[in-house]
This record gives sequence, C-alpha cells and structure tokens, in this order.
Amino acid sequence: MSVSGHLARRGTRRIWALAVTGILASAALTACSSASGETQLTWYINPDSGGQAKVAANCSTDKYKIATQVLPQDANEQRIQLARRLAAHDSGIDIMSIDPPFTAEFSNAGFLAPIPQSLQDKLTQQSFKGATAAATWNGHMVVAPFWSNTQVLWYRKSFAQKAGIDMSQPVTWDQIIDAAAKNGGKVAIQSNKYEGYVVWINALISGAGGEIATDTQKGLDMKLEINSPAGDKAAAVIRKLAHSSAAPADMSVAQEGQAGSTFGGPQGAFMVNWTYIYNSYESITPGFNKDIGYALYPQTVQGQQARPPYGGIGLGVSKYSNHVDDAMQAVECLTSPENQEVNAEITGNMPASQAGYAANNNALQKTYPAPLLQLFQQSLDEAAPRTVTPYWSDISGGLQATWHPPADVSSSTPATSQTFIDNVLHGRSLL
Amino acid sequence: MSTTTATTAAAAPPAKKRAKMTDRSRAENRLGQRLVAPAVIVMLLVTAYPMFQALYLSLFRYRLTSPDDKTFIGLSNYGTVLTDSLFWQDTLNTVIIMVVTVGVELVIGFAFAMVMHRIVFARGTVRTAILIPYGIITVVSAYAWQFAFSLNNGWVNSWFSWLPWIAPETNWFGSHWPAMFAIIVSEIWKTTPFMSLLLLAGLSQVSEDMVEAAQVDGATWWQRLWKVIIPNMRAAIMVAVLFRALDAFRIFDNIYVMTRGAQDTESSSFLTYRQVIQQFQLGLGSALSVLLFLAVLLLAWLIVKLFRVDLAQARGEG
Repeated sequence: MSVSGHLARRGTRRIWALAVTGILASAALTACSSASGETQLTWYINPDSGGQAKVAANCSTDKYKIATQVLPQDANEQRIQLARRLAAHDSGIDIMSIDPPFTAEFSNAGFLAPIPQSLQDKLTQQSFKGATAAATWNGHMVVAPFWSNTQVLWYRKSFAQKAGIDMSQPVTWDQIIDAAAKNGGKVAIQSNKYEGYVVWINALISGAGGEIATDTQKGLDMKLEINSPAGDKAAAVIRKLAHSSAAPADMSVAQEGQAGSTFGGPQGAFMVNWTYIYNSYESITPGFNKDIGYALYPQTVQGQQARPPYGGIGLGVSKYSNHVDDAMQAVECLTSPENQEVNAEITGNMPASQAGYAANNNALQKTYPAPLLQLFQQSLDEAAPRTVTPYWSDISGGLQATWHPPADVSSSTPATSQTFIDNVLHGRSLL
Repeated sequence: MSTTTATTAAAAPPAKKRAKMTDRSRAENRLGQRLVAPAVIVMLLVTAYPMFQALYLSLFRYRLTSPDDKTFIGLSNYGTVLTDSLFWQDTLNTVIIMVVTVGVELVIGFAFAMVMHRIVFARGTVRTAILIPYGIITVVSAYAWQFAFSLNNGWVNSWFSWLPWIAPETNWFGSHWPAMFAIIVSEIWKTTPFMSLLLLAGLSQVSEDMVEAAQVDGATWWQRLWKVIIPNMRAAIMVAVLFRALDAFRIFDNIYVMTRGAQDTESSSFLTYRQVIQQFQLGLGSALSVLLFLAVLLLAWLIVKLFRVDLAQARGEG
C-alpha cells in the first residue's frame, strides 16, 4: 500500500514536472517570435564575412526583425539543406540566399512564393541583364538579384611584359596558354571535380557561341548541345592547358583558393577568378596589387566575344513562410542598391545592379580602382549564366563525372558526356 | 553479448518445464505478449513503415524537387541500377572493404582479446587503452586519419619514408588503391576494439578445465588454441564476424570524410546517399536502398550458414 502510494506520488510529481517543462518551453518559443509584437524573419544565408548580417540589421524595422542563419559552406550542401526543409514545408525559413544554378529547381518545385509584379518590374529595371536572366524561370523573376559575381582575366603585369603579350586587346585562351608555357608561367583556373569546373566549361562553350542546353521549358526533354562545335572547342582548350607546361601542378584539385595561391606564387602569370580575389593579396603581401592587371575574360575563339561566368546570390521567399508579405518587403530593402553596396564593401561580392556600384557616393571606389569596377560591370553585362533549368544539378554532376580530370578530356568527351547526361536525366544511368 | 547469453541461459530451465505447467505458462505467455505489444507496435511504425515506404517509392520515377512528375515505372529502377557499371563498381568496393577489414580485424581483435583475457597487471588500464578507438566518433577518427595520410601535414609520409614506395609527395588520395588503403586502415583502427570485445566474451566462456585437461594431456599452446579454445568459441566468433561484416558492408562515414567518393572509392551506402540526399532521386535511391537491404540479409544468411552455428545453441538453449 505504502509502496503504491509512493509510486502514485512519484507519478503525479512527474506529470507536474512535465507540465511545467511544457509551459516553460512554449513560453520560450513564443518569446522567440514576439517579444514586443515584433515578427522575426529568418534569413538563411551562405557564409560570408558579415555583409548579409549587416544589411539584415539595416533592413530590420519596428514591424519585423531579420535574423540570419548560416548555411553550409558548400553550395550544393546549401541546396540540399534548403530543399529538404522546404520539401517538408518548414515554416522556419522566411528568406533564403539561393545560388543561381538552383533557382529554377526551387521555383519549379513550388518552394518559392511569387514575387509581386511591381517588385519584379523594379528589380528587372535595376539589375544587370545577366542577373535578371539567372533569376528568371518560366517568364517570371522568381528570386531578387542581390549580388552578382563574374570572373575576369587577372594577370601579373611583370609577366605580361616579359612575355611581350599585349593585354590592352582581348586575348584568347590559346594566346595566354602559349605565353605562359613559353615563359615558365602558370595559367590558374578552377578544375577540381566541383561546380567551379562546370562554371569554366560553361564559359568556354558560351564563348564559342554555344550553350549547354536549350529548350529548357521542355523539362527532361530539353535539347542538350554539348556535343557541338562549341563543345569541341571548349574540350580543345581544356585539353591544351592540361597537357601544357602552363598547367598548375594541382590542376585536377584546384578551386578558387588554390588558383589564387598559384597566381600569387613565383610562377603566377594568368588566372581566371571571381571579383573578390582582388582583395586577398594586399593584406598578405603589401604592394602586390600594383603588379595585378585585369582584362576581359579570355576568348574561346579568336575574334568572338567572350562570355564570362556569372555567379551570385538571389534572394527567395519561402512559400511556406508565415510572413510572406513582410518577407517580400524585407527583400525589397535588402536588394536596394545601397544595401548591395554595403554588402559589396564588406564581402567583395559585387552589386547586382549598376546603381549599386554608384551607391553611397561611390564608396566602392575606395577599395577598388575605377577601371576595375568598370570591367566588372562590362563583364556582368556580357556574362553567360549557366543554363537555367530545374535539372541543372544533374547536368553539372554529369559534366563533372565525364570531364574530370581535365587531363583526360579528349575530342570524344563532348559526345560521351552528352549521352551520359541524357541517360541520367531519363533515369537510365546512375550519376 | 555475454549478458544476453547468461540471462537466457538462466531463463532456460523454466522453459523446459513448459510441458508440465501448460496453463500457467500459457498465462505467462499471454501476459508476455501483452507486455511486448506496445514495443512491437512502435517497432512496426518506426521500422516496417519506412521499409514498405521505400519499397513503394522504388517503383516510381520520383524526384523531391519535381513532385508533379511522379510516374509509376514498375521495376524499371531496379533494371537501371542492376545494369549500371557504377553500381557494380561500388558493390565491388564495398565487398573489398568488408572482406579485408573483417579479416584483419579478426586476427588483431583475437590477439587483443587474448591480451585482455590473460593480462594480470594493470588489467583495467590495458582494457581501456584497447577500447579507446571504439569510443571515438567515426567522423572524428576519419578526419584524424585523413590528416595522417595528408600530403601536406600528415605523418604517414614522413614516418614511413624508409619504405621504397612512400615518398614525401605520395598523394594517398590521388588514386584508387592508396585511397582505399587509407579508408581501410581508418576503419580497422576504429572498429577492431569492438571485434576484440565480442571475442573476449567468447573467450571467457571457454572452460578453463578443458584447457587444463588438454595441457595435462600434453597439448602444445598452438594445439590448445586450435583444438580447444577456437572451436569452443565458434558462436562468439560468428556473432563478431556477423556484426562487423554487416557494419563494414554499410560503411559510409570514413568515405564521406576522407574522399567523398572520389577516385572510385564509393561504397553502396554512399551511392544510395548521393541518389537520395544529394540528387533527390527518391525512386532510384529507394531501389538502391532496397537492394542494399537485400544484400545485407543475404550476407547475414551466408555467414550463419558458413559457420554452421545453431543460433539457439549459441544462446545456450540447446
């Protein structure tokens, strides 16, 4: 009797403890969302050096506060985390930073809340053409271009002088590979088995007047055009560099950072890399930037305009957010030219609009020479975004599987890769 | 393992009296069934439901990011998988990793078990030292070994530079076999203690009387090991091999951390992960996981058959 009485008492106590815990927990949860009737908008950002956190603070109002949550470093991991949460209708995401190649995939899956027409018009008007193209799926702008990145050709002035190559005129890949090989220099590129390698392949194909795929509205039945004269020319450039003495020793594993080190090293001659790389030398080797020259991205075919890569971030609003209207308003503020400039100053990720470059009294010109800013803008207008399709990750994975390592690229690679990607898209091959 | 054996052995005598006390045992049985029912229901919910869901999904072409295109395609996903060279390459990798790691671990693990069993001084310290790697999280040990084999800051290249095939610039993760070797070493280091723990349980079950009797009869140490000790711990060896083989067949963490599947070092689990998690191919991925499940079942059956061990006997019921 006494034992059962004791047990009963223990049971009651446990129920009380549970109830108290529950009440405390729910109180803590409500405290998160509304301390003073203020909404909290959660913005999932890609890791950066504080630019997005700063503009989030700039755009927080009395009505809502924008809090940031950091996504993984790797772009594909960012995509996985966001897509899995969105597929489960997670209302904890309000705004998210989305890499351009995954924009169409998210939109096609119905994860993104439609952007009001007035905001679409405003964004289209302010953004670079490349930025608008990368943010558009099915005729609608589905994410708001926030920052836009492009690659230019960086060269060591001393090396170009030694090699006697005229950098005031557009140069071709053949020219820089030959110049580097003859004079003991290296051409630094990104060709590890990752998305950055596909960025290079896409730029080479686009530079030869081609495209990786067309008719993307047909979904899986899009027209792949890798096996084309443009694809052959791209393969020829990669093969030439990989088998030349101008190839860096770590070519098969080189990403942006490794390419930057090669360029900064004793054999550094040429490099294609994103805009932010300009800021990474001066702090380590003062005076180094005096030797850095920059020019338009190299041409794949002599005389044919180069199509530099396009990168960046677009802001999307989750369809499953409980605060879609507030989030749209926040996105409008976050992507204003002024905030694009603030972000660019902190992170080196350049604005997605011309107005952003001039915003806040040309503040960017304090960090970057005016001709370089000019070059960035020109490159962005000529940039070729990666094919906008919901199936980009299959295409990219297929290209990585068949074009890596660069030394194994041959004249048959474009045809092999096209067949393989087609099989992957139609579920006939494993990727 | 040892506790299971001990408790079931203790519970065995009442079971033998079943024929005499039918009513009572029937009532006990019924009570037992009622007591385990909630657990069985929960198990069904959390294991059977996902398994059937995977089976169902494997019959569709279905991608998480294009849910509208979900189409029934019957067994076509299985056809795709079974005719794909990547699947067979990855299966081969998995089998190689499993056979090599289990083989090596059995030998080293047995030696460790002997040490733990026989040691007289500092028993606790030695046993703990042997078990430490098993207490380390696999991801952490994988990183540790990745650094060890690293070209830039690893100690393997410098410590073993006296070997003719190891140079300071040997890139272990640059080609298939060296990368597989690094993965296998990491796996062996991490899981050998588990193997030795299971073997130690078996070793402690071998009756000292039998060993002494053999010794009195003039059996050498080697003969005692092969004729007395090992045959008497066959059940424990089987359990150890079975657990480790099934574990090794599902290897994932080491590969994910050390190579991310580069240089064709992917395992079956890694391939499944890539299809389901990275590419959102729920249909193809489910087909792969069903095949992985069947492979594990087949493996378990083969090992049980190979050792010709009666599981009931292993539990001390025979």
